[in-house]
Amino acid sequence: MRRLVALPLSKSFQMAYQSIRVRFFRSLVTTTSLILAVAFLTFTQTGNNITEGLVTSQNPEFIQILTKVGYDIPPGTTSIKSSAKQRWIVFLSLLVCVVGIINAQLMSVTERFREIGTLKCLGALDRFIVRIFVIEATMQGLVGGILGALLGTMVALTASIIRFGLSSVSFMPWSEIGATIFYAVTIGTGLSLLGVLYPAIIASRMLPIDAMRVEQ
Amino acid sequence: MTEKKKIVRVTGVTKDFDLGKIVVKVLKGIDLEIEEGRYISIMGPSGSGKSTLFNMIGGLDKPTSGKVFIDEVDIAQLDAYELAWLRCRKIGYIFQTFNLIPVMTALENITIPMTFAGVSNDDALRRGMELLDQVGLTGRHTHRPSELSGGQQQRVAVARALANSPAIILADEPTGNLDLTTGEDIIRLLKELSMERGVTVISATHDYKMLNVSDQVVWIRDGQVDKIQQREELDIRTGGLESATH
Repeated sequence: MRRLVALPLSKSFQMAYQSIRVRFFRSLVTTTSLILAVAFLTFTQTGNNITEGLVTSQNPEFIQILTKVGYDIPPGTTSIKSSAKQRWIVFLSLLVCVVGIINAQLMSVTERFREIGTLKCLGALDRFIVRIFVIEATMQGLVGGILGALLGTMVALTASIIRFGLSSVSFMPWSEIGATIFYAVTIGTGLSLLGVLYPAIIASRMLPIDAMRVEQ
Repeated sequence: MTEKKKIVRVTGVTKDFDLGKIVVKVLKGIDLEIEEGRYISIMGPSGSGKSTLFNMIGGLDKPTSGKVFIDEVDIAQLDAYELAWLRCRKIGYIFQTFNLIPVMTALENITIPMTFAGVSNDDALRRGMELLDQVGLTGRHTHRPSELSGGQQQRVAVARALANSPAIILADEPTGNLDLTTGEDIIRLLKELSMERGVTVISATHDYKMLNVSDQVVWIRDGQVDKIQQREELDIRTGGLESATH
């Protein structure tokens, strides 16, 4: 007879959900850092998308405003090459995103080493533990990513409407903005997973006694 | 009289802790046999290695050399699945710091080991409620650990340890964080359970209250078994020890 221990998938979801719900404030802090990082990234990217859309429109009114705010647009250009400064800002926003999310997730797992050790004493396999954390991180990543992307897009749209007037709405490159939202959500979820996977795998492989001995 | 089954056998176990520059030899060759259904206390001063020995017996840590047999199976030979199964079904753990899962209610804490063991949800809930009754926590099933006192948390931990009807209960200083009377309650509870169910209870402790209920006391000193005393030999000693408890 093969001696097996089991954790049904539905139970894993239930445990992950419960952990988020009960530790609501802690999860909120983690998710908020996710939202802010993704919002910053989306805001920068969507801003670029909109500018590009307006340049493509060749509308002299917009070109004039763009030139005024510092864009260098020679007549006749249909696409704007991202300047070194812009690329730098995108890079920085990505960096903020990576560091913020991974830090938040690392902290939230290391806080729970004792719990992980206890679960192992009760007969949990390494992968049960990793699975619970992955489900948790995916939930937080998706919620944080979607909220963050919507927030970032909304701010960017509002800013451009204020700056260029309502008529700019018809030149918005919606498909590019959609793509930006999609990839921002993906990055947010991916980083949230990355931040949680590393410590969760380390902790799940520890001898239970070492995991429980970790200073809280 | 038939020879009782040896549920735990420890042979030549040593454990070194490598602290970088120096290696601390915590266990220096322990040989021990524990019979089924008895109540064993591992006694010794702090730093004598009793907790380390306890961790070895529970399969929570690996010995540097020597072997630990649970039910005549060498636990060093088990793979991850079998070890998890052993921790789940054969051994129930009770810790000094209770180690309940903080986000779960008392009932959920008790049912996790049963979930791991593949017991259906309904059966696990029913059995969980029975266990709560047995440890005297009827009606507290929706309370989280933070809403329970230390003694009550330890009762939940006792119920959790019993969830899968293990053959062995390992208790590492179960009364260490409890006051005198609460500690006595827990000891009495463990003793009753060991009598009723024939569970082998092994507890590492320096609480002299434990002596009164132990069938056998293993004294550990400086990483070695100092002496093993049977219950009969103990009675003389425990008389005046009430004042020695702390």
